[in-house]
Amino acid sequence: MRLPPKQGEWIDRNHPLRFRFEGRDYDGCAGDTIASALAANGVKVLGRSFKYHRPRGLMSVANHDVNAVMQWGGMPNVRADATPLVAGMDLTAVNTFGGVDKDKARILGWFSRFLPVGFYYKAFHSKRLFPLWEKMFRMTTGLGKVDFATPHLRTPKRYGFCDVLVIGAGTSGLSAALAAAEQGADVAIVDENAKPGGSTHGASELVARVVAHPRVRVITDTYAAGYYTDHWVPLIERGRMTKMRARAVVVASGGYEQPAVFRNNDLPGIMLASGAQRLIRRWSVKPAQRIVLLAANADAYLAAEDFLAAGIEIAAVVDLRDVVPEAQKSALAARRIPVHAGDCILEAIPTADGNSVASVRTKSGEITCDGVFVSVGWAPAAPLLYQAGTKMRYDDSVHQFVPEKLPDGAFACGRVNGIHTARSLDGERAGSAAAAHCGFGVDRAIFVPAETESPTHPWPIVAHPQGKNFLDFDEDLQVADLENAIQEGFDNIELMKRYSTVGMGPSQGKHSNMNALRVLARCTGSTPGEVGTTTARPFFHPVPMSHLAGRGFAPERRTPMHARHEAAGAVWMSAGVWQRPEYYAVSGQSRLDCIRGEADAVRNGVGLIDVGTLGKLEIRGPQAAEFLERVYISKYAGLKVGMTRYAVMCDESGVVIDDGVVARLAEDHFYFTTTTSGAALIYRELSRWNTIWKLDCGIVNLTGAMAAMNLAGPKAKAVLAGLTDVDLSLPYLAVREGMVCGVSARLMRVGFVGEWGVEIHVPFEHGAAVWDALMAAGKSAGIRPFGVEAQRLLRLEKGHIIIGQDTDGLTTPGEAALDWAVKLDKPFFVGQRSLQAIARKPRRQQLVGFMLPAEHTAEAPKECHLVIEDGEIAGRVTSIAWSPSLSRYIGLAYVRSDMATADRKFHIRLTGGTLVAARVAKTPFYDPENLRQKESA
Amino acid sequence: MPWRLLRFALAQKHPEPRMFTRHDELKSAYDVVIIGAGGHGLAAAYYLARDHGITNVCVLEKGYIGGGNTGRNTTIIRSNYLTPEGVKFYDESVRLWQDLSQDFDLNLFYSNRGHFTLAHTDAAMRTSRWRAEVNKHYGIESEVVGPDFVKKAAPMIDLSCGGHAPIMGGLYHAPGAVARHDAVAWGYGRGADMRGVEIHQRTEVTGIDVVGGKVTGVQTSRGRIATNKVLCAVAGSTPRILKMIDVRTPLYIHPLQAMVSEPVKPWLDPILVSGSLHIYISQSSRGELVMGASLDPYEVHSTRSTLDFPEGLSAHMLDMFPFLSNVKVMRQWAGMADMTPDFAPIMGKTPVEGFYLDAGWGTWGFKATPVCGKTMSWTVANDRNHELITGFTLDRFRDYALTGEKGAASVGH
Ligand SMILES: Cc1cc2nc3c(=O)[nH]c(=O)nc-3n(C[C@H](O)[C@H](O)[C@H](O)COP(=O)(O)OP(=O)(O)OC[C@H]3O[C@@H](n4cnc5c(N)ncnc54)[C@H](O)[C@@H]3O)c2cc1C
Repeated sequence: MRLPPKQGEWIDRNHPLRFRFEGRDYDGCAGDTIASALAANGVKVLGRSFKYHRPRGLMSVANHDVNAVMQWGGMPNVRADATPLVAGMDLTAVNTFGGVDKDKARILGWFSRFLPVGFYYKAFHSKRLFPLWEKMFRMTTGLGKVDFATPHLRTPKRYGFCDVLVIGAGTSGLSAALAAAEQGADVAIVDENAKPGGSTHGASELVARVVAHPRVRVITDTYAAGYYTDHWVPLIERGRMTKMRARAVVVASGGYEQPAVFRNNDLPGIMLASGAQRLIRRWSVKPAQRIVLLAANADAYLAAEDFLAAGIEIAAVVDLRDVVPEAQKSALAARRIPVHAGDCILEAIPTADGNSVASVRTKSGEITCDGVFVSVGWAPAAPLLYQAGTKMRYDDSVHQFVPEKLPDGAFACGRVNGIHTARSLDGERAGSAAAAHCGFGVDRAIFVPAETESPTHPWPIVAHPQGKNFLDFDEDLQVADLENAIQEGFDNIELMKRYSTVGMGPSQGKHSNMNALRVLARCTGSTPGEVGTTTARPFFHPVPMSHLAGRGFAPERRTPMHARHEAAGAVWMSAGVWQRPEYYAVSGQSRLDCIRGEADAVRNGVGLIDVGTLGKLEIRGPQAAEFLERVYISKYAGLKVGMTRYAVMCDESGVVIDDGVVARLAEDHFYFTTTTSGAALIYRELSRWNTIWKLDCGIVNLTGAMAAMNLAGPKAKAVLAGLTDVDLSLPYLAVREGMVCGVSARLMRVGFVGEWGVEIHVPFEHGAAVWDALMAAGKSAGIRPFGVEAQRLLRLEKGHIIIGQDTDGLTTPGEAALDWAVKLDKPFFVGQRSLQAIARKPRRQQLVGFMLPAEHTAEAPKECHLVIEDGEIAGRVTSIAWSPSLSRYIGLAYVRSDMATADRKFHIRLTGGTLVAARVAKTPFYDPENLRQKESA
Repeated sequence: MPWRLLRFALAQKHPEPRMFTRHDELKSAYDVVIIGAGGHGLAAAYYLARDHGITNVCVLEKGYIGGGNTGRNTTIIRSNYLTPEGVKFYDESVRLWQDLSQDFDLNLFYSNRGHFTLAHTDAAMRTSRWRAEVNKHYGIESEVVGPDFVKKAAPMIDLSCGGHAPIMGGLYHAPGAVARHDAVAWGYGRGADMRGVEIHQRTEVTGIDVVGGKVTGVQTSRGRIATNKVLCAVAGSTPRILKMIDVRTPLYIHPLQAMVSEPVKPWLDPILVSGSLHIYISQSSRGELVMGASLDPYEVHSTRSTLDFPEGLSAHMLDMFPFLSNVKVMRQWAGMADMTPDFAPIMGKTPVEGFYLDAGWGTWGFKATPVCGKTMSWTVANDRNHELITGFTLDRFRDYALTGEKGAASVGH
């Protein structure tokens, strides 16, 4: 029922909103949450419990009401108590079978005696039947439904910075923010509620001062989801995540009011007093007409004033304490409201339909009511403190855990710090200390008086032979479930949690952990402090994946010739982060024809390939040669200026990890390449070595700064001749600097594809122009751009390996037929010691070239098909293709070393099991003397 | 409703005894001391008692049963590895898994869901084929499949992955399964306990006595124990223990993180792994989506969580399943993965006589729990390496005879 309008309420009565819940229409107001609007309409049953499908209503109204979780269209698990009402919402309770009122699964409640703690471990495991049982379990489990039509939401992220971040804008947090700001700190204060103020519900003078302060940013409707190393706190608001880096953090996250445990304590109408207060103060909702107030602290009697002011009849106060201080109860006594000290609620009795509380039975008798408000104590809202690495201790004077040792730069105040009365002063203390920590002012070291009475009852739990005294509302656990788990040997806090699942539900134990550890302490004859808590992990509240994912960038790199390739019909493939043309499509031709056409151009005319994705590094300095000697397995000290040399890199275990070409431009100046996929990694690795070795040289990564292309084919020289001032009679493997198409360039005579060829490296911005000029000049010679596939074919004809394809995570240079490159007699190189040891051992496998019989036309093997010898695995194919130049299938394969002899016949097994005969063949397959790449046509 | 639950309804008092006997005192000597009450340590204790009749055994645990990586892992069980040694070993494990619930009389929720390693690149397709061929050679169900097959098993998947990493196919392994991790530790623990093994929780090993190259005892936070045989099964804490006996291994510790969503109604049947996106996902019997990614890229001996982990993982997950945008991540955590250079474990005898090692389980050791128990108990009982673990001994690093599982182990667990 809605109360008359009042100052400071959060709703806008001029803005009615119509919405639907479980097929029925209701009206709420702007500013309502789903839960407050339903409560205003007198709807009590908002959901069904997870296991027994019992009717459940509101409990905390503080974003922990996991039993009031709803499906909103495609959105699962919407928390009714924390989600603003939106016009036209169509909501249903999650996980019911036939609606929240008629949930057929409520029958499970009848079977609860058959379903003791961990029952699913104790049955259903016959090997034959388990799959059937499992199907059934999977039907009944889970909360909301995901909607496959939900689009990929791209939620922005941003970074935030502040000196002091205050988490929680209640009394203590606001005081902390103010104190820190007044000392000069830049302060951000964040609160998950729509308005600051905490239990003052936004209506205090303190709120006004904080909001007005120029150095304070007040961020509402936003929760701090975690606390990571170095005060790194993600702030989650609707539609955005801010990653806040603070210099100090004040955790003022308050307390979770805790439920009392008695039979049927889960009936709709039974809620936390603070929850009822929220409904009244914020949304002007009267949650009940006549209540019993279950009390154990001063807070209960303060709340009673709110209830009376809202016109709620308090039938009685049932106080767990033997003695209720006069000052607390006098106002009620004056109104003739009975206060039963030393009493408790033994059980709540439901209405006939079971959907609400009808009365409670206490030690002194039965009292009819339609609501029970509970105020028996608090647990600190400490997950963020735990995540920060705070050491907590149990304080007997307040019956809660409080920080014992906070990490550097983290501060706590208010209820989370065990201060329930002098919250404002405690906030000031923490704010001042936090500002001082950041260098603003001095720590005022304010003294905060301790509590005189514990606000928390140490044992708000009442046994009942028939149970249904719920301790965990997410997981439907009763006291006996925990006692039984303990009896079964799960008698430490972590094991008890894992076996009983206490605290594992969506609210992560905010309302169950404290009572659970009390039960454990009592059963094992220890104290709560000895029992301790489980580890709190992120997140504080669950965070949508879209917030975490952000907008979802998939960065992609393109060479400067990208548009040229596109225009030429490139079919793209990704090579790490790069996009490369796999081949260029020609209309009317198959993929294979296109690839072979490109290869044919290189063999018989001229082709041009973009190799700008290779890693391109430069090293200079007196010890540059020494550095290269150490990181590559071959020798470079003696490399002549103006020459290049193939270069293979190993890791420390002697495994091949990369290859490229090293070019010496001057005594102290080298330019060298790495594989495309290795570029970033190798640069990082080399920088690491350089840091360790401290040689007198520097490495620069030019990968993005340089464009590169390889012009190859018998007509390549003629095409290039008119475009450069470099003397093209340069020998094979030479490097020259000169002009190409008016641009300064580095030219390397290479032979990867087996024809006369030159790799032309020019500054990135000139790449496209040089490409265009070469294509134009080659037109009459029939020049074709060629892609990665044609290159792979051409290099295979030459027997050149591709690192990563023809090697794997264990391949040594020797196995990959690179023995000739290994110079074990150098003083040192990375991997040398391993290679020396390996050299003394028999070789396990050897990469060899192979050919299929020329007449083989049936299905050919594929890469990674196995070599089979005497029924056992004896190797595998790493590369295979039909060679146009040889008119047969050729390939590379690992075989057992004893099989690596010329002409040795072996078998490759296809997927279907067919064995295909092959023979070891010498490489290069094509132009074995390498005449073509050395000579000019 | 199975009849065996009836007794709970009829009994006055909860009719279940303790699963683990409480032992207030440590004895002064045991035949075998096992360090670590994770799945591996407890399984070894169980088989020592059951198969070898060695029951004067204690398992020492600094925390609580299953509280190490066993209780943190994402429970993927499979045998589609890459090396013959690996394939045979894990295959034996899968065989043991299938009967374990019945052996223990405890439901481990061993759930056969089918396992996909999705390939988004040529190179990944090649590795898939390699694994499939090796697997089939040893009689393991494993095949290369195309995108259509993937789509059929998980119709809601975006095969294009948002357009930037289209799924070309993958490796399908029908026996792939998940199980309830804690229950595995409890089942082995209870079985060992019933046969006389003592499990001591909150008991930390602080030193190992070695005289003349032989183990003579163990120092603990509760005093010294004499013994001639120690089995070390402490996963991420292995380097600390090995320091005590001065044995060097190439182990290094990287954190491995994981996260779960709030429970949602089950929609995902198989286990999906993407090597290129570095992510994997399955849905538990509680309805939670269990998600993981690759190792943190640096060495850290701690179980802290980082924010960039759920950020990166969610981003990639939404590429594959855009409709999860509104699903919320409930909890994240981390374990310490004991990594080896070749992604295969280190098992068996060590240079110190009487000291047996079961380590190097990195991101993939849960599935090996039963077979590790079997082979390590055999090795301890016979003081000889079991034939299934000869490919995994510590010597291989000295001898350069590595067992390269990287291609099959890195993200796939
Ligand atoms: C996030 C994550 C996901 C994973 N996912 C998978 C997966 O999907 N599939 C898979 O097969 N594997 C997976 N793994 C790997 C797997 O969890 C481990 O390899 C496996 O659980 C190791 O078991 P264990 O018994 O050897 O070690 P643990 O379970 O770690 O047990 C070791 C125990 O030793 C104790 N201990 C340590 N030091 C001492 C000491 N000094 N004294 C006494 N006790 C000590 C520890 O407290 C611990 O309880 C994953 C791991 C992580 C972290």
